[in-house]
Amino acid sequence: MKKYIIALSAALTLGTAQADTLLKIKGSGAVTMGVRESSGALSYTLGDGKYVGYHVELCERVIKAIQKQLGLTALVTRYQPVTSQNRVLLVQNGTVDIECGSTTNNTARQRDVSFAVTTYVEEVRIATKVSSGITGIAQLNGKKVATTTGTTSVQTLRKNERATGMNFDELFGKDHADSFLLMESGRADAFVMDVQILAGLISKAKNPGEFRIVGEVLSVEPIAIMFRKDDAEFKKLVDATIIGLIKSGELAKIYDKWFLQPIPPANTKVGLPLSEATKAAWATPNDKPMEDYARK
Amino acid sequence: MASDWDWQVFCRDTIEGQVQPGCFGSQGDITYLDWLLSAWGWTLSVSLLALVVALTIGALMGVLRTAPSKGLRFIGNAWTELFRNIPLLVQVFLWYYVIPELIPSLKQVSSFVLMVFALGFFTSARVAEQVKAGIQSLPKGQRHAGLAMGLTLPQTYRHVLLPMAFRIVIPPLTSESMNIVKNSSVAFAISIAELTMFARQAGEETSRNIEIYLAVTALYFVSAFLINRVALFIERRVQVPGMIGSAR
Repeated sequence: MKKYIIALSAALTLGTAQADTLLKIKGSGAVTMGVRESSGALSYTLGDGKYVGYHVELCERVIKAIQKQLGLTALVTRYQPVTSQNRVLLVQNGTVDIECGSTTNNTARQRDVSFAVTTYVEEVRIATKVSSGITGIAQLNGKKVATTTGTTSVQTLRKNERATGMNFDELFGKDHADSFLLMESGRADAFVMDVQILAGLISKAKNPGEFRIVGEVLSVEPIAIMFRKDDAEFKKLVDATIIGLIKSGELAKIYDKWFLQPIPPANTKVGLPLSEATKAAWATPNDKPMEDYARK
Repeated sequence: MASDWDWQVFCRDTIEGQVQPGCFGSQGDITYLDWLLSAWGWTLSVSLLALVVALTIGALMGVLRTAPSKGLRFIGNAWTELFRNIPLLVQVFLWYYVIPELIPSLKQVSSFVLMVFALGFFTSARVAEQVKAGIQSLPKGQRHAGLAMGLTLPQTYRHVLLPMAFRIVIPPLTSESMNIVKNSSVAFAISIAELTMFARQAGEETSRNIEIYLAVTALYFVSAFLINRVALFIERRVQVPGMIGSAR
């Protein structure tokens, strides 16, 4: 039995990719971008293997910078859809070189992977029907609250319950669309989730006017581009590219394009102006984990 | 990654993520181990209750499908085809989202009860198919002999056909009973805190997906294997010398 475990561990360890991503990209002439099927305007699919969004566009700029630095005449970008469950593992084992989705930078993940400077700061808030009369977390005591399995919002709700002694009757959707349906169909009174996801879902709802985002910010999470750990050269290049985009005002333009202008496929607007928290992250670029935000 | 297994992840509490002495939470806090065990409890509850529903209704529908009356056969066949031809996840969503829109009183029913019936009905169609096959595998003469002895039709089923048919179909019914444990994983889609939901959520919170999934996999295996052993025990206890399956 012990032998098998050692063999298995060895096999898995060999799966860990070489740390030098730039060398790998140069050698293979291709870079694999990890993308999400449906992470609001940050990263989503249009079908047919096409992926777009704020972070996807940002990564395309970064990949151009990589190509320039390596002096490659051609560089193929492959898109690899990832999920909350497999994204860290796929970056670690080398399947994905640069993950451009909606990954929260936290200390637990920093043990396994590295993050670029924070490009978006997510706030967790409450969406509810206007008719519910709910305006804050205090009114959710004893109410049915929907959230999505596999997100940090579940933990945020739990911490709120523990801290305030309130009790929510939690319902868990298997994805964001399901959680929204729980609220839309009246099974849940509110839906607690990242604001940009809530705004995106409301904008696509049958009657967007029926819903609103209310109440205090329950949690603040830095969202960043993720890549392999211990690859200082790659991190330096990605960070420098992003900081360059911030300084030139390009990043603000990309933000405007995805969060304030109509976006495909339905040409709806998310309508989420740049938050103070995101502005602050751009003003002093950093890769601080979520835990540092909570302490403030 | 594999070189640094972190099995202590199960001893951490679910609020601050600190390792708790003794690995179980105290004073209202729970650890991931507590949560894992409670999730296992949900998986077993859903599976076993659904199994009761499936065996009861499946046996009934299987019998109806072999009845001489055309009407009864139609009911049995219709039931089987309806529940066999729709994917389980779709059935679960129908019970949870669609049917309550038509029958508002169903909105009060908990997702646990809906899941037990959804999974039970889905599996009952498969059980019905096997029970029918078991009955049809018996020579026609048995039914006729029973009726000729002066037994009524229900008595013929009860004392002649079913005791033999059930013994014949114990092996496929065992597979079906093990399948129900595995199929119960779709319950996470309607907000039941069972093992699959635990795996997704705890994996996200702790970033230790491999450890969490290995533990969950082991529990699914143990649950299905226990059912397998119980079924084998029953199979041995009820076997009749000279009948099919008794040559061991």
